[in-house]
Amino acid sequence: MRYVLRRLPVLVITLWAAVTLNFLLPRLMPGTPAGAAVAKLAGQGSVSASQRRAIEVMLGVPHGSLASQYWQYLKAIAGGNFGISYTYFPEPVSKVIGAALPWTLALVGTVTVMAFVIGTLLGVLAAWKRGSIFDTAASVGCTFMAAFPYFWTALVLLYVFGFVAGWFPIRGGYSASVSPGWDWSFFVSALGHSVLPAFTILVSGLGGWVLGMRNNMMGVLGEDYIVFAEANGLSPRTVALRYAARNALLPGVTAFGMALGLVVGGSLLTEVVFGYPGIGYLLYNAVVNEDYPLMQALFLVITVSVLMANFVVDLIYGLLDPRVRR
Amino acid sequence: MRTTIFRVAATLWANRKARAGLSILFVFAAVAVLAPLLAPYSPTATNFARSAPASWSHPLGTTGSGQDALSQLLYGTRISLFVGFGAGLAATIVAMLVGVVAGYARGPIEVILGFATNLFLVIPGLPLMIVLAAYLPTRGVGTILVVVSVTGWAWGARVLRSQTATLAAREFVAAARLAGEGIWRIVWHEIVPNMVSLLAASFFGASTAAVLAEAGLEFLGLGNPSTISWGTMLFWAQNSNALLTGQWALLVAPGLCIALLASAMSLVNFGIDAIGNPRLRER
Repeated sequence: MRYVLRRLPVLVITLWAAVTLNFLLPRLMPGTPAGAAVAKLAGQGSVSASQRRAIEVMLGVPHGSLASQYWQYLKAIAGGNFGISYTYFPEPVSKVIGAALPWTLALVGTVTVMAFVIGTLLGVLAAWKRGSIFDTAASVGCTFMAAFPYFWTALVLLYVFGFVAGWFPIRGGYSASVSPGWDWSFFVSALGHSVLPAFTILVSGLGGWVLGMRNNMMGVLGEDYIVFAEANGLSPRTVALRYAARNALLPGVTAFGMALGLVVGGSLLTEVVFGYPGIGYLLYNAVVNEDYPLMQALFLVITVSVLMANFVVDLIYGLLDPRVRR
Repeated sequence: MRTTIFRVAATLWANRKARAGLSILFVFAAVAVLAPLLAPYSPTATNFARSAPASWSHPLGTTGSGQDALSQLLYGTRISLFVGFGAGLAATIVAMLVGVVAGYARGPIEVILGFATNLFLVIPGLPLMIVLAAYLPTRGVGTILVVVSVTGWAWGARVLRSQTATLAAREFVAAARLAGEGIWRIVWHEIVPNMVSLLAASFFGASTAAVLAEAGLEFLGLGNPSTISWGTMLFWAQNSNALLTGQWALLVAPGLCIALLASAMSLVNFGIDAIGNPRLRER
């Protein structure tokens, strides 16, 4: 409990810094995003002062001094009010984000867990069989795989399995013939649409876990207690899995927590390539359409989820490794 | 300092993976410099048949607006290398300044810099880059360079900070301090030479990330679409539906080049890791 209390102020200050950064970023930049949006919305005709004022009020464009804007911004965020989306007018931003969130959580969340489990196991195996063909193939293969821009992997998979083979659908989260709901046909359609994006994320994410776990294992395998366990005549499998892997997993847990936090941000480029209706694609659309309220809110949601995940990981780490509690 | 660099370079070259990586980098550098000699046409000339498939006169085909894809690919090497190494260098310099100061200083400076590092470390990189690029009024290589540098320094800063803190507690630094050496002399002559391999690692790490980030941003259309680079080639291939017309070379060639360049940088980093951590050294 004392450990939790000691970590809490750090979380609060970091959250405040992230929220403030999100407030300041658009205001530090030249020109006003809101002004651009007003001009865009007003269309070609000239805008009279009263028309402009009406549009600004309708969109909730902030007024007043920087300090009063900041205060209003903090109040609005505390109430979960992110303003109104320019693109999906008159939908509030929070509703637009709420609609996209489940897609991203389901797809990227599942794949992140899968990548962690599979990658870590492969990493243990590579370190255990150090210097073997498997080890070399795994390390070189993973380095090369991690070097591919993952949107490119997505494009190639899309071309091969979507266009040429025609096995999987090309765009979207579900086919137009079904409507979202809790029924079987929708589930099947959504699953079919998620295979290629999921595979892309898995392929691009796996390498990091393999290499990370392999390097951690290398460090642990050199420890004295491992030599002692081997000298006791324990089987190599027991030494690798029960003695080495358990300790080597600790840094991996931190990374896994960060990866879970990043899930909300989605796999942006993959979602864009496949037109998947998640958070990443939404952020891309917000940027393309200069939808600043949506963009700001998305960035905040993405950042805050990473911060919260980090906090939780810190706490779990305290449970797993008693040394850090002191 | 200079002898340290030579020693690091020699150890690197002795490592098989690093040697492969360095060789690939040399080839790319040569292509970038010699692009006008190697390219069969001007990369911006639009007087060829549009969306032509691969042929003897156009080995990679032509783009949707009638440019020779091979010439674009060769010239594109310049932007990728420039942004990659430029942003890598900028990020490493920031990382070194922040890391060394935060590791050596005491009091509020240390706390503030450490906090800023951790903040930038947890903010997701790509969304931040995209939002920054969206707010900035100009689109182009310079913008991407700035955005990638701003978002890429934190990891190196954290590593360098802990290394500085470790070194600052060693006897030789205490000895230098007792001998009356000034703070800048201690930092430049006692601490930094002991971090050369870490600096090199964060440079190549940041450069790899920069190459991939630049390609990603340009692919999303957040760069200047008239620049000749691998990222914009992919952007135009996607937007002119090169896949639908069966021109897979327009997509595959820039992607492979990006992957090859990024993996060459990672390979060099493997060698640097082996210098810092003898357990990973090849037997």
